[in-house]
Amino acid sequence: MGKDFTSALRPAIVMTILFAALLGLAYPLAMTGIGQALFPHQANGSLIADAQGRVIGSEIVGQAFAADRYFQTRPSAAGKGYDGLASSGSNLGPAAQALVDRVKPDVDRRRHEGIAGPIPADLVTASGSGLDPDLSPAAALAQAPRVARARGIAWERVRALVAEQTEDSLFGVPHVNVLALNRALDSLASGSPSR
Amino acid sequence: MTLQGWFLILAFIGLLLALTKPVGLWLHALYEGRRTPLHRVLGPVERGFYRLSGIDPAAEQGWRRYALHMLLFNVVLMAFTYAVLRLQGVLPGNPQRLAGLSPHLAFNTAISFATNTNWQSYGGESTMSNLSQMLGLAIHNFLSAATGIALAFALFRGFARAEAKTVGNFWADVTRVTLYLLLPLCIVYTLFLIASGVPQTLAATIEVDTLEGIRQVLATGPVASQEAIKMLGTNGGGFFNANSAHPFENPTALTNFVQMLSIFVVGFGLTWCFGRAVGNTRQGWAILSAMVILFLAGVTVTYWQEAAGNPVLHHLGVAGGNMEGKEVRFGIAASSLFAVVTTAASCGAVNAMHDSFTALGGMIPLFNMQLGEVVIGGVGAGIYGFLLFAILAVFVAGLMVGRTPEYVGKKIEAREVKLAVLAIAVLPLMILGLTALSSVAAQGLAGPLNKGPHGFSEILYAFTSAVGNNGSAFAGLTASTPWYDGLLGVAMWAGRFFVIVPMLAIAGSLAAKKHTPESAGSFPTTGGLWVGLLVGIILILGGLTFLPSLALGPIADHLAMIRGQLS
Repeated sequence: MGKDFTSALRPAIVMTILFAALLGLAYPLAMTGIGQALFPHQANGSLIADAQGRVIGSEIVGQAFAADRYFQTRPSAAGKGYDGLASSGSNLGPAAQALVDRVKPDVDRRRHEGIAGPIPADLVTASGSGLDPDLSPAAALAQAPRVARARGIAWERVRALVAEQTEDSLFGVPHVNVLALNRALDSLASGSPSR
Repeated sequence: MTLQGWFLILAFIGLLLALTKPVGLWLHALYEGRRTPLHRVLGPVERGFYRLSGIDPAAEQGWRRYALHMLLFNVVLMAFTYAVLRLQGVLPGNPQRLAGLSPHLAFNTAISFATNTNWQSYGGESTMSNLSQMLGLAIHNFLSAATGIALAFALFRGFARAEAKTVGNFWADVTRVTLYLLLPLCIVYTLFLIASGVPQTLAATIEVDTLEGIRQVLATGPVASQEAIKMLGTNGGGFFNANSAHPFENPTALTNFVQMLSIFVVGFGLTWCFGRAVGNTRQGWAILSAMVILFLAGVTVTYWQEAAGNPVLHHLGVAGGNMEGKEVRFGIAASSLFAVVTTAASCGAVNAMHDSFTALGGMIPLFNMQLGEVVIGGVGAGIYGFLLFAILAVFVAGLMVGRTPEYVGKKIEAREVKLAVLAIAVLPLMILGLTALSSVAAQGLAGPLNKGPHGFSEILYAFTSAVGNNGSAFAGLTASTPWYDGLLGVAMWAGRFFVIVPMLAIAGSLAAKKHTPESAGSFPTTGGLWVGLLVGIILILGGLTFLPSLALGPIADHLAMIRGQLS
């Protein structure tokens, strides 16, 4: 067995080094080179800029919105909310007191905004990543009256915008990207910068 | 539940069934060491690796030597990763200037990745440098997967060979699987992921000022190359803390669908490869049928529960299914399906937080792992685990109807049954033992985030996931402590290698046997009766062993949930 052991040690060590070089360095570095050359936009995070050229976010990563004039994204458990360095869900169980303590004030706030019927689930629950970029169409439509009020535009226009921005695919469910929707809202307002 | 949801689930299974034979054929070529079209490009690399490490790929190994080389390789790999993680602070490729990992976390992580578990006691973006992700972790994603497939090949040879002393060459198996299966698939897969929005860069952070003018810093890195092998190799260790829920790991419903396919595709192919190896592909289809039946049953329960939603929240005026911990772009069907896929296989990637599933919706992932992750299972590990159950099933059939216990032309005798029981017994001993210990010790009780039965579920889930080499979590548990890092590390090691060694012993013992031709006295192992027997054995063994613990956790949790009793 002793001889077997030493005869196995050399391939174990040399293979570790060779595979580390191939799989741990060559493969990811080559993919980085090819990815950067072929798909630079996506490989660097799908960033988008405003009219002045300032980078305002990633198309595919959610961000926090507090103002009434914007559609608001879901509650987030990533850091203090939409922290791109601390992605996380709440991990609260279905019968946790802490879950109710978090959801109830959000429900009350939405009621106060004027949502009368049932509250769409995604509007008051935290996503898995804490960086969910989307809302369900129902959760967006529920906010449409508030947004229309805050902007002083017709509710129908906002509703039409939601419908226009709703995406669906064969393998998913209908959803609205909130950043795209809010940018569309801003450009509705006669091209005036919204900040 | 919606029609679209069921369409998704059935399309998923249909596509995999269509891929089973092509993938199986490719695997079978590697199993036999035949030349593939890729040898033209990668053949020199393969030969170079053998030459430099002094390996003769044609030198066959008996099961003991095969096991020794496999174990030693894993120990060296683990030591390598331990060193990379500890030295992270002084190594290059660390633009965030992250410090080295603590000894207990580095120990846990090295074992975790070597055993194909990818349990993560840390959050990727706040702990691991780009170099650690690539050099420390991704190599295990490839090699632990290749090791699993190699081991499955060894067991197939045990069934297929007659009066033989050897079960193959470990180095040849691992190198071929890595070079001719995993690496080429990952290259194509990575490009698809990048095109779909998964970053692949050496930068570590992106700073943006949001539409409302708030500074947001996004973690990034060489994500796509890691993501590809994370799924294909049923590893599951996310680049980011939120794993495949993170939009940078899994940006669209399409990437999500492909991620789910890629968890299962090799496992499906291996069942066909087994059938071919033992000379009757119907043997492979029979195994796959039993797996798919168990899988669909699990999906149905989880999807039904998640779509029904959380009555506690309904009481507050919230409508619809359970969206806590789920992403809108996937929705409830694709999140439920993902959860069942990832725990049926030993993947452990998550696109939704299992901790926040409804009590019974989250029980299925837990139970899947407790069944031994033999429903498709991890690459390689799934099928060799399943074959251990098949050995028990023919033994039980032999007891019931007085037939000679035979399986695919091999007599199953006391030695094989004892070894199979030994391997299978590791699961309950480790899971229940360590869960019980952590449920009474102060250091163990400090872990759970949630109170009441759900807190117990978090502990139970952690040890189940570790022993099953899954790696998913009820992530509320704070596991980055010496107690949990240490015990979970031991659990992962035992769950992998205490199963592998008896399994290889079975391979060796079977290879030495004569081929027994099928006779009127043999129990047929291709028909519906056999499939039913397999399903029954797996459910009864798993159920008898784990139902009491499930009653204390998810079932109590469910009763609390429907009565609105909060904890």
